[in-house]
Amino acid sequence: MKPPVFEYHAPASVGEAISLLGSLAEAKVLAGGQSLVPLLNFRLARPAHLVDINRLAELTKIYERDGGVAVGAVVRQAEAEVDPLLRERCPLLPLALRLVAHPVIRNRGTVCGSLAHADPASELCAALLVLDGRVTARSQRGERVIAAADFFRGTMDSVLEPDELLTEAWFPATAGPVAIAEEARRHGDFALAGAARAGDRLALFGVATRPLLADPADPTRGLEPSSEPECSPDFRLHLVKVLVERVMQA
Amino acid sequence: MIVNGIERPEASDPRRLLSDYLRHDLGLTGTHVGCEHGVCGCCTILFDGRPVRSCLLLAVQARGHELATVEGLAQPEAPMHPVQQAFKECHGLQCGFCTPGFLMATVAFLREFPDPSDAEIADAIAGNLCRCTGYANIRRSVRRAAELSRQA
Ligand SMILES: Cc1cc2nc3c(=O)[nH]c(=O)nc-3n(C[C@H](O)[C@H](O)[C@H](O)COP(=O)(O)OP(=O)(O)OC[C@H]3O[C@@H](n4cnc5c(N)ncnc54)[C@H](O)[C@@H]3O)c2cc1C
Ligand code: FES
Ligand code: FES
Repeated sequence: MKPPVFEYHAPASVGEAISLLGSLAEAKVLAGGQSLVPLLNFRLARPAHLVDINRLAELTKIYERDGGVAVGAVVRQAEAEVDPLLRERCPLLPLALRLVAHPVIRNRGTVCGSLAHADPASELCAALLVLDGRVTARSQRGERVIAAADFFRGTMDSVLEPDELLTEAWFPATAGPVAIAEEARRHGDFALAGAARAGDRLALFGVATRPLLADPADPTRGLEPSSEPECSPDFRLHLVKVLVERVMQA
Repeated sequence: MIVNGIERPEASDPRRLLSDYLRHDLGLTGTHVGCEHGVCGCCTILFDGRPVRSCLLLAVQARGHELATVEGLAQPEAPMHPVQQAFKECHGLQCGFCTPGFLMATVAFLREFPDPSDAEIADAIAGNLCRCTGYANIRRSVRRAAELSRQA
């Protein structure tokens, strides 16, 4: 229950961070550590190098651009949750953040870390997808902007390359109704199923290996949830229907 | 790094979790370790004034930061901190294993919500597990701590 051996790096600039990621083999970015450190403690992850981005002041901003709001990679979930700009322009994000873990975890966990981690039950991944947001990834090879629809690949798997640093996420502003609802065994647990809505767009989470866009009129079409001891496929489909009804009424 | 107002040496081994650094290197065993994956909350300390899980931080990450642990709440012979006093009065603990985490989470919570509602209290401590009390007395303790802190 202690981390395996690794070499620790605390770069002082984004440039330094991406050159470390570009030159070191088996390096991992350490952001809030709220997913990565448990994986290290359980030895489910054994990176040779950790590149700690917590000292990168360049990435601590929340700011308006291109008709939406950008959130830097070191912005904590707790900061984004109470940010006035996000509350006004992208109210779905603060709503989603309140469902992520517990306040103490959100004090350290980052918005971009949740996206990079790509947990299938992640509220923030579903929010990025339903809002049609984007992320920016930088490496020594250059910078690329990836649309949410192209970003998530499978369980804890995104198209991010090992040498890429996700520098910020961008969420378009919304004017219409937004809502998010989930069902979990206990408050703060990962959701068994969830639904996020922005206007007439709907995304589901916790029901497949990645967040999915769905048709509000027929949300369970094509879904084949896996069978788990605590949640049968039928129960999950039932949850989806109830949760979708709830968010579409909001 | 500063721990409870005292300058402390930096950790040298990057594998050292902050919780272990506090307990084994500084001898501050008030910070407890239960699960080491962020679930139980008994390792909660204040990091620059905000509650965090010390088991999910590397000790090297604390360089230049200010930490507070349960030992810093009151001096040995001095009166208890209002939050400690409230947990004592309301029987907010039995075995006490979870208590340091509840105390630190409550101290930070009451700074932000000096007069909290029951729902706010429930949300604030939802991330801390207790196997003994059944939580009713802990919720009562937090409410009492708010009263005592407002009087102090
Ligand atoms: C008790 C508990 C309950 C939780 N409940 C929930 C929940 O209900 N819903 C939920 O969504 N999450 C939950 N989480 C996870 C939490 O939200 C994490 O904060 C989040 O998943 C990861 O963010 P982080 O900043 O901590 O990233 P880290 O743990 O530091 O990193 C996670 C992964 O992403 C990579 N990464 C992080 N940032 C970047 C970047 N900028 N560029 C490239 N790669 C990067 C890391 O290399 C690592 O692989 C919970 C965690 C705990 C401990
Ligand atoms: S020991 Fe840190 S949360 Fe359980
Ligand atoms: S008092 Fe025993 S675990 Fe809380």
